[in-house]
Amino acid sequence: MAILRPAGDFDRSYEQDMALLRRPWHYWLVGFTLLAAFCLPLWGNAYLISTANQIAYTTIAVQGLNILTGYTGQISLGQAAFMLVGGYASALLMIHAGLSFFSALPVAGLVAGVVGLLFGLTSLRVKGFYLAIATLAAQFIIPWVSRHTFKEFLGGTHGAIEAPVPQIGGLIFNEVGRFFTLSLIVLLITTVLVFNISRTRLGRAFISVRDNDLAAELLGVNLFTYKLRAFFIAALLAGVAGALKAHSQRGVGTEFGYSLNDSIIFLGMLVIGGLGTNLGPFLGVAFVILLEDFADLLGGILATAFPELAPQLLTSFRPIFFGMAVMFFLIFEPRGLAHRWQLLKAAWRLRPFTR
Amino acid sequence: MTSENILQVERISLSFGGTTVLDQVQFDVRAGEIRALIGPNGAGKTSMLNCISGFYRPQQGKALFLDKVERANSGFRRGANPAARSALTAGKRRVHDITRTPPHRVAQLGIARTFQNIALYTGLSTLDNLMAARHIHMRQSALFSALYWGLAQKEEARHRAVVEELIDFLEIAHIRKAVVGALPYGLRKRVELGRALALEPQLLLLDEPMAGMNAEEKEDMARFILDIHERRGITIVLIEHDMTLVMDIADRIVVLDFGTKIADDTPDAIKNNPEVIRAYLGQAG
Repeated sequence: MAILRPAGDFDRSYEQDMALLRRPWHYWLVGFTLLAAFCLPLWGNAYLISTANQIAYTTIAVQGLNILTGYTGQISLGQAAFMLVGGYASALLMIHAGLSFFSALPVAGLVAGVVGLLFGLTSLRVKGFYLAIATLAAQFIIPWVSRHTFKEFLGGTHGAIEAPVPQIGGLIFNEVGRFFTLSLIVLLITTVLVFNISRTRLGRAFISVRDNDLAAELLGVNLFTYKLRAFFIAALLAGVAGALKAHSQRGVGTEFGYSLNDSIIFLGMLVIGGLGTNLGPFLGVAFVILLEDFADLLGGILATAFPELAPQLLTSFRPIFFGMAVMFFLIFEPRGLAHRWQLLKAAWRLRPFTR
Repeated sequence: MTSENILQVERISLSFGGTTVLDQVQFDVRAGEIRALIGPNGAGKTSMLNCISGFYRPQQGKALFLDKVERANSGFRRGANPAARSALTAGKRRVHDITRTPPHRVAQLGIARTFQNIALYTGLSTLDNLMAARHIHMRQSALFSALYWGLAQKEEARHRAVVEELIDFLEIAHIRKAVVGALPYGLRKRVELGRALALEPQLLLLDEPMAGMNAEEKEDMARFILDIHERRGITIVLIEHDMTLVMDIADRIVVLDFGTKIADDTPDAIKNNPEVIRAYLGQAG
């Protein structure tokens, strides 16, 4: 589908044509969206803000997965494990190396990135389903390592260590509203980086590997190093997301999740949002997290109505709703919410000639 | 022989398991010619191209690519068209054994190709397909890609200009931003040709560029191939089944049959070669 632009909308240079924000109102739109997001802690209640915070850091992890699975076409079931690496790295660096959160965060990303590279090595030999199984190894090995080795550092079978509260100068991020602002700033940075990657040399190389690895190789893309780059970026973003999650929950370890279940939910979020689109992670993550909250709400209401079934009602709605949503999207909109959004925009521009 | 070879295929033998696909095939390609590769189905033509691209590794023999341009740092030079650039650096040559080179390196050396079954990046637009092929000429690192403003943006715009020139040349401006997966067959073939050209190759391997086209589309494609050859000075190796067309545009023809070379001559000589008539062309009338 060609991207339709309104009549009279011309560009004078290639830079202008390539720009993401092309018109004044684009700037206004982005500005107002950001303003609204940053103002949320001023009026939202704690529950709303903590949900928004969860959406923010999860989006970062899913952006990473989108680079790897959406753009490069390499399925990974290890994203939550790389989050765990990032969370631990950041917490340990703050506790034992005395780093501030703001220097620990990028280092945590890099550590997770390197671990991601290690597991990405298998992508040279296998792809598709087999690669998914190979990355599953990360999801089993890393949590196991965290529970059974270096017990004095990683918390052992207790499954958790404390993650210190970030602070800069006199500003202490000890309250969910402040932490949400922090997550939002990091999300803003990763979003800019991810948008840029997707529209430049690196992103095109990733997509060429996904769409036709044979042609990509015969036209000069080194498959192996580019797959590894994708793994590195994916794990790096997972690490950053993991660090944010860890410090917002004040603790990190297998007790806090980071399970295979999370990794699968990330894939589901990506499918629902739209694989290989920059908007996808935002829409998918928000959709699934809000859906889960709705499931909890419904479960709670029904549990009070039917107290004898309460335990089942409280736990069963999340997986049921998530599973149904993924199935629904795979059947009716496999290209995700982002594609719906594109169709909507096209329809708006073609009005009144749309049905 | 006045003109020099750009490619020398030396006694290449390739087999998969017990099946011999190519048996001691040997030929050369002179710089600046259109060299056709013909033969019946299953003769090993595409396998030959795959060997040259570095995708198949033959058990015996080798293909030598004689690099015309010394690419110390094959950086893209602004404004210089390929012909002028190769004239500038003519005389310096390097020999690469491309049968022992990974495919992505072969592409970087200056060999581009198209595929029998179109192998475009279906999720990208025409423009991005061509931009993707500029990969080997671009220098921005992952970090500069991610930061964009400044170096990466300048580089993108510069390569965009090169790509736009190709889009004009191939008359595909109207589908510039259309996703190629949705384009009709003839146009996709043309986009694929554009993508190969975007690599600015010295040697272009075309695997049945006119297969499945109607007469008009074939004529268009033939015109493009001749233009590429004459105006851009690119050497072409061509696999094609349309004999009238091959006899018209090729300078010299190699005929393969069951993996062996049965003839290697000018079109006129090939037409009257009894061996070729028996194996492939058939008796007239």
